[in-house]
Amino acid sequence: MMGLTFWFRRFSENNAVAGLARLDAIQLQQMLRTGQISSLELVDALLEQYAAWEPRVGAFLNFRADQARDQARELDRRRSAGADLGLLAGLPVSVKDILCTVDYPTTCGSRMLRDYHSPFDATVVARIRDAGGIVFGKTNLDEFAMGSSTENSALAVTRNPWNTEHVPGGSSGGGAASVSAGICPLAIGTDTGGSIRQPAAFCGISGLKPTYGRVSRYGLVAFASSLDQAGPMARSVPELALLLEAIAGHDPRDATSAPNEVPSYSHTIAEPLRGLRIGIVPDHFDAGLDAEVDAAVREALGAFRARGATVREIELPASRQAIATYYVIAPCEASSNLARYDGVHFGHRSTERDRTDESPLARLYCRSRAEGLGAEVKRRIMLGTYALSSGYYEAYYLQAMRVRRLIRDELLAAFQSVDVIVGPTTPAPAYRLGEKANDPLSMYLEDLYTVSANLAGIPALSVPCGLSRSGLPIGLQIQAAPFAEELLLRAGAMYQQVTDWHQRRPAA
Amino acid sequence: MNSERSDPGPYAIVIGLEVHVQLKTASKLFCGCSTQFGAEPNTQTCPVCLGLPGSLPVMNRRAFELALRTAVALQCQIPEYTKWDRKNYFYPDLPKGYQISQFDLPMSHSGWLEIADPKGEFPVRSIRIRRAHLEEDAGKSLHDEASGKADSRIDLNRTGTPLLEIVSEPDLRSPREARAYLNELKLLLEYLEVSDCNMQEGSLRVDANINLHLADAAGGMVATPIVEVKNMNSFRAVERALAYEAERQFAAWRETGRTIAEVPKSTRGWDDQRQATFAQRQKEESSDYRYFPDPDLVPVTVSVSAVDAVRAALGELPAATRQRLESAYRLNAYDADVIVNQGRQFIAYFEQVAQRCGDGKLASNWVTQEVLRILNSAGGTIDRFPISADGLGELIEGVRGGQVPSSRSKELFGAMFSEGLSLAAALRKLGIQALDAGALEQLCRQLLTENPRIVADVKSGKAQAAGALVGLAKKKNANVNPAEVREICARLIAEMP
Ligand SMILES: [Zn+2]
Repeated sequence: MMGLTFWFRRFSENNAVAGLARLDAIQLQQMLRTGQISSLELVDALLEQYAAWEPRVGAFLNFRADQARDQARELDRRRSAGADLGLLAGLPVSVKDILCTVDYPTTCGSRMLRDYHSPFDATVVARIRDAGGIVFGKTNLDEFAMGSSTENSALAVTRNPWNTEHVPGGSSGGGAASVSAGICPLAIGTDTGGSIRQPAAFCGISGLKPTYGRVSRYGLVAFASSLDQAGPMARSVPELALLLEAIAGHDPRDATSAPNEVPSYSHTIAEPLRGLRIGIVPDHFDAGLDAEVDAAVREALGAFRARGATVREIELPASRQAIATYYVIAPCEASSNLARYDGVHFGHRSTERDRTDESPLARLYCRSRAEGLGAEVKRRIMLGTYALSSGYYEAYYLQAMRVRRLIRDELLAAFQSVDVIVGPTTPAPAYRLGEKANDPLSMYLEDLYTVSANLAGIPALSVPCGLSRSGLPIGLQIQAAPFAEELLLRAGAMYQQVTDWHQRRPAA
Repeated sequence: MNSERSDPGPYAIVIGLEVHVQLKTASKLFCGCSTQFGAEPNTQTCPVCLGLPGSLPVMNRRAFELALRTAVALQCQIPEYTKWDRKNYFYPDLPKGYQISQFDLPMSHSGWLEIADPKGEFPVRSIRIRRAHLEEDAGKSLHDEASGKADSRIDLNRTGTPLLEIVSEPDLRSPREARAYLNELKLLLEYLEVSDCNMQEGSLRVDANINLHLADAAGGMVATPIVEVKNMNSFRAVERALAYEAERQFAAWRETGRTIAEVPKSTRGWDDQRQATFAQRQKEESSDYRYFPDPDLVPVTVSVSAVDAVRAALGELPAATRQRLESAYRLNAYDADVIVNQGRQFIAYFEQVAQRCGDGKLASNWVTQEVLRILNSAGGTIDRFPISADGLGELIEGVRGGQVPSSRSKELFGAMFSEGLSLAAALRKLGIQALDAGALEQLCRQLLTENPRIVADVKSGKAQAAGALVGLAKKKNANVNPAEVREICARLIAEMP
């Protein structure tokens, strides 16, 4: 970051590349392909944006300008040598710091892994590189992706670019802020209970949680393995289609990744859908919903109707148990997934030694975990450990798995009669930093509309659909059947063809 | 302590065995790392078996196939659906903080293994197999952290190696039966070529659960507390440890009267030096493993036709081979057992010898006495034995037919073994000329013609005079069989007018 001011000065004077940060990935790709700009010029323009925004927003945990410029130079060299650079040729993508990268630490926002370097790239990251994308920094998150505001990061504070007094959402808050602030056109987030969609909604961008198994989890540091899914974040839906196409597909290193063929999402994205059948769930519009969000969502439904869609109400009674179900299953899996952070093989190891202690080993475990893990992570580990304990397993974990099956069946049945389910992404726009920090339950309710998609493994999209009077973005969630990403993305793109919420930007 | 005791004492011993078998795969259960034994510590590891953040397991199909083959051979039920579970506990040799195992839906259950004692010390018994399931091995702690040493080291080469855990029902009634069960199980595993079964290298490990059933003062039945015995590094050690433990439990019961209802299961180690069991500290955090299905792995489905195909490909198993050898070669149970226990290659060797020489009993005597004696003393395996099955068969056939003097057959065997000679070459080497029955009779007739006095002596009743004929025959040909000479001469003299 040493040379940043220098680049900033240099490119302030260069009008040819000014405003690149305002263009979307599709336009940038076109300019790169036709030689109107080089990858290096694009990276430098974005470094300018970084210099302007990052001090206010704090989207990144680790950012290496020189590395991005080196990668851009290399891509320019290969492009001029006539190489086919792939789907993301020269496009910078920020990566949530829970995906392993060989050239950056992978901290998971935790003291535990503050200095952890993975010896391998996550499959998602490798695919971005293979497609010619540039890994553009590692973004902040709630520790191990546990949270809905990024306030649980042990390493940094991220602010909402629309109003820096407010949270960016979470857990992919850094990624959402990086795109929202125009620092990079594309970001990779992960979504276990809404962690792509909710920050996308809070930051006024688009975000997709793909079908479980659509994108490899290899190298995604596990929070809740049966729910975790990486996905694209960008300003517009066509950009999501582009990035999803690059990262999706079967991975022999992930037994849960799906063998299904990956459609060319980016090719069909602009085709409107005729007679789209929309379902809305009355529960999503009850008293808990903020009036401005309610109005924005209803207006969005109007926009769909105007394009020939039909809207009908559907009941999803089992989904009322989604939050309770989620907060059993996710902590159970987390309690096991995070057991490896014990101070023995990697991560933080307590240096405290009490020679008189009866068991130095137990002491090492307890101290290392006590020092290395944050309060929310500990809370979930304890919840999960309790729920899996003998005598409670049937009542909690098994029962939650039964309800999960009901939720999935109910949603799959609903998709027999509707193509998509539309509703609010969050109950309200972004809240203030610290407002819910001491109220984990109300924080958990942030996931009210989003967790069902994770429990059922279905794809779900959030697109911007309005701004509150106080100038904060509002998100519209669109869900579809498993592996119906193509339809889902086209529905989102169709909406964005007649609205401009996704083009609104936070004031500089 | 006498482990050879056959008197069961005033109690019944109840033993169940848990055997961990390392399956013979090239790579580990959930990653591509080598399973080769003896490499430098921590050289056979990767992100998956190190449990690095972000890594994911993928099942090794080969390991599942070997497990399936074993389970089918153990007559187990094979469910169509089996899944993986996480067994959660903290230990330095377990980098993920959990072991991937199988809990409530193991890949096989409810089988049996028949054991017999060829010396007849216990009747043929069918030992029920409760379950056999797959799991990954943990690493190896080179020093025990619990002892407080600061320089504990951990070798993770073994971490993730595929293990089949075979759990018997508590059907074994004596240390000897336990050993017989282990012998038979090991033999079966070697037959199936699923494991090296090397206890020294840890590819076969045995834990034993044991307690006693005895009559209390009121004439009812009481049971002593169950003890799990560990650290036994040979089958012999298992037998001895169980014998020791049975007597220890009996003594403890007489002293304290404490029963299974009052004392929870405990763990004791076997000290081979002291020939005694000793109380072991429980692993920390071992009380509740919080099993739950591993969300990183997909359940495995096994079709009925797949199981049938495995069954069809099993080939003949030891118990069936024993029966076949007994009936086809007229062997007694003991000899058939000795041969079968040497494994498939030895059986094939025996059968070829028997077929070549045409006498199963003779062939059995030769292979179980001469061949096995050499293998046992010099080491080595039958596939490298210098005398081919055909060569040995030819030797035995020659002895049977009289072409080879039986008095010198061991000598010939020795020459064939130590110098790798064929039978013909060995005969030449030892200067033995094969005499057929006609040639020998001709020699005898000549002797009688040349020695009328001896003939007369014999005829007049001096039977010992025939002894001189044998000596004379040997002078003519060193290879003559004295008994045969005696017999032929006696017949010829009797036929004389
Ligand atoms: Zn490995």
